[in-house]
Amino acid sequence: MSRISRILPNWLGIYAVAFMLFLYAPVVLLPLFAFNSSTIIAFPLTGYTTEWFTVLWETEALHSAVRNSLFVGITTAVLSTLLGACAARAMARYRFPVKRGIVGLVMLPLVLPEIIVGVALLVVLVQLGVPLSLWTVIGGHVLICIPFAIAILNSAFASLDQSLEEASFDLGESRWGTFRRIILPLVMPGVISSLLITFTISLDEFIIAFFLTGTDVTLPVYIWSQLRFPAKLPSIMALGTIMLALSVLLLITAEWFRRRAARRQGLDVQAPGGFVG
Amino acid sequence: MTMDTTTTPRSIIELKDVRKSYGKVTALHGIDATIREGEFFSLLGPSGCGKTTLLRLIAGFDEPTSGSIEIDGKPMAGISANRRPTNMVFQSYAIFPHLSVAENVGYGLVPKRMPKAEIAAEVDKALRMVDLSGYGDRGAHELSGGQRQRVALARALVMRPKVVLLDEPLSALDKKLREQMQVELRALQQSIGITFILVTHDQEEAMIMSDRIAVMFDGHIAQLDSPQALYRHPVSERVASFIGVMNFLPATAKAAGEGELALDIAALGAVTLPVAAVPEGISPAKVTKIGVRPEMLTVLFDDSDHAERVTEGVVVSTSYYGDMTYYSIVLDGAEKPVTISMRNTAGRAVAPVGARLRIGWGAESIVLFS
Ligand SMILES: Nc1ncnc2c1ncn2[C@@H]1O[C@H](COP(=O)(O)OP(=O)(O)O)[C@@H](O)[C@H]1O
Ligand SMILES: [Mg+2]
Repeated sequence: MSRISRILPNWLGIYAVAFMLFLYAPVVLLPLFAFNSSTIIAFPLTGYTTEWFTVLWETEALHSAVRNSLFVGITTAVLSTLLGACAARAMARYRFPVKRGIVGLVMLPLVLPEIIVGVALLVVLVQLGVPLSLWTVIGGHVLICIPFAIAILNSAFASLDQSLEEASFDLGESRWGTFRRIILPLVMPGVISSLLITFTISLDEFIIAFFLTGTDVTLPVYIWSQLRFPAKLPSIMALGTIMLALSVLLLITAEWFRRRAARRQGLDVQAPGGFVG
Repeated sequence: MTMDTTTTPRSIIELKDVRKSYGKVTALHGIDATIREGEFFSLLGPSGCGKTTLLRLIAGFDEPTSGSIEIDGKPMAGISANRRPTNMVFQSYAIFPHLSVAENVGYGLVPKRMPKAEIAAEVDKALRMVDLSGYGDRGAHELSGGQRQRVALARALVMRPKVVLLDEPLSALDKKLREQMQVELRALQQSIGITFILVTHDQEEAMIMSDRIAVMFDGHIAQLDSPQALYRHPVSERVASFIGVMNFLPATAKAAGEGELALDIAALGAVTLPVAAVPEGISPAKVTKIGVRPEMLTVLFDDSDHAERVTEGVVVSTSYYGDMTYYSIVLDGAEKPVTISMRNTAGRAVAPVGARLRIGWGAESIVLFS
C-alpha cells in the first residue's frame, strides 16, 4: 500500500507531463510557424514575419469563408441554444413518460461519430431532394450542438428554485413578466455560455460541414481545400493561430459566465430547505 | 336568529368541502372552514397532513379537485394566484437572488404601474414595519436567515393583501430566533390587523401565535378551535396527544341519575360528572377513556396539603427542567405511569425515584373520550 502510493505519484506525474506535451505541442507549433518567415514548415526557424497574416487579409475567398462560418456559427448558436433551453426547461419542470429515454436520444449526437452523422444526414437530404447549402450545414450543426446546449442550460434551469417563479406570480406578475424579470436574468449567464460554446463548436466543425455544404464553404472546409498548396501552408498556420486565440477566448468567457450563473444560484443552495412539514 | 355584526367578525375566507387529489393520492378530504377577518389562523398538523396543499389552494397555485374557496365573498375558481388578494411567505422565503432587498420588497408594485417614488416610499414603510430600515440596498445574499424571513414578509405586506399566507416561515430559524419571531410576528399581525394564515407542525408555535387553530390529520380537519379550547377540550385522543401532553386512563361509564354520568376510572376511582361535561359527538354511555393534563395532577408533598380527590403512586422517573419537574408516577391500580408536572419552589427537593407520593386531582379537570 505505502509502496504503491510512493511510486504512483511519480508515474502519474510523468504520464501527466507526457499527456500535456502530446496535447499542446502541436498547438504551440501553430503560432510558432505562423510568425516564421520560411514557406517550409520545418525547424530551424528562419526569422520573424507578419507576412502570412497580410496574405490572409488579401485573400478574397477566405473572407467569404469567414462570413459563411460566422453566419453558420451565429445561426447555429442561436437555434441550438433556443432549442436547448426549451429541452432543459422541460427536463427541469415537467414529468413525462419515458423521460430518460427521450433525454438519452436527444443527447445521443454527443457520442455518435460525426462522420456517421454527416453521412447519414447527407443520404437523407439527397433522398429528400433538399439542395445542399449553408442551411443544411446549420441543420447538421444544430443537431450536434443541442446536447452541449442542453448540458449547459440544464444546470441553469435545474437550480432555478420553482418557488421563485411562484413568488413572482403571487406578487401579481404575469407569466411573461415572471419570465422577463426572474427566469431570464437568472439563466442568462447559462444562455450566454451556451451561445459561446455552440458558436465555437460550429466554427471549428469540419466533417459535417464538409459533407453538407454546397458551393459556399465554411472556414474549416476552406482551410482543408488550401492544404493541397504547400505555398499556402504558412498562411493557414496564421489563420489557425487566429482561430485558436479566438476559440480560447470564447471558451474562457463561456466558462466565466457559467461560473457566474452557478454562483448566483448558489445562493439558493444556502436558503433554508424544508424537510419538515 | 339575528346577526350581531359587532361581535361576529366578518368572514374573509370560506372553504366549502374542499378536496384535492394528486392522481391516486388524496391530500385533502373535504375541508370546511371559515376564516375570520383580522384573525391569526393556524393550520396545525404533522408532516404530510395536507397543510401546504390547502395553503396553495387558497393562494391559487393549484385548483381544488372539488369544493369551493371564497375570499372576501368572491368565489376563487378560475382566478389565478396573481389576481388573488392573498400573498404568501414561502417556506424557502423565495427571495429573488439577483435583486436587492428594496427591489425584492417593491417587486409586486412594479406590475401595478406605481410611480418609482411611490414604490420607494412604500418599500421604506414596509421595511420599517419588519425592522429592516436601511437594508434596502443590500443584496439578497448578504442577509441572515431571520432577515430573509423579514424581507419575504415585507414583500408580502407591501401588497396590502387581504390575507397573508405563511408556510412554516420559522421552521428554518434556530430556537431563540424562532421564539423571538413568533412574538414579533404576532404583534405585527395585531398592529396591522390583516388576516394571517400560518402553516406549522409546531403545536407550541400555533398555540402562542394563533387566535384559532385548525388541527389537521390525514387531509381532514380534526378540530377547529381557540388554543384554550383545543387544550382544555380536545375532541379526540389524537388531538389531545398532539396538543401538549395528555395522560390517558381507561374508564367505564355507569348508569346514573338524570343529567349525570357516573364513571369508574382506573387508578382514580369513581366520579360523577354532569352530562354537560361530555363533549358533543360522544354519547355518555360510550365513554371508554379519560384524559388528564400533567399540571392538573398535583403532588401533595406535605401531609397538610389537600385536594378535592386524593390517590397514591410511586415515582418511577423524574425530569428536572429548572422551573419545572416532570414526574413519571405509577398510580396504585394502574399499569402505565402518568406524567405530572410540578413547579419547583425554593424549599422543596425533587422527590426521589421509588418515593411514595400522594396525588391530588379534581373531577373538573378530566376530559372524556369515546
Ligand atoms: N404535487 C404533488 N403531487 C403528488 N402528491 C402531492 C403533491 N403535493 C402534495 N402531495 C401529497 O399530499 C399530501 C399532503 O402534502 P402537504 O400538503 O405538502 O403536507 P404538509 O404541508 O402538511 O406536510 C402528502 O401525502 C403529499 O405526498
Ligand atoms: Mg408543508
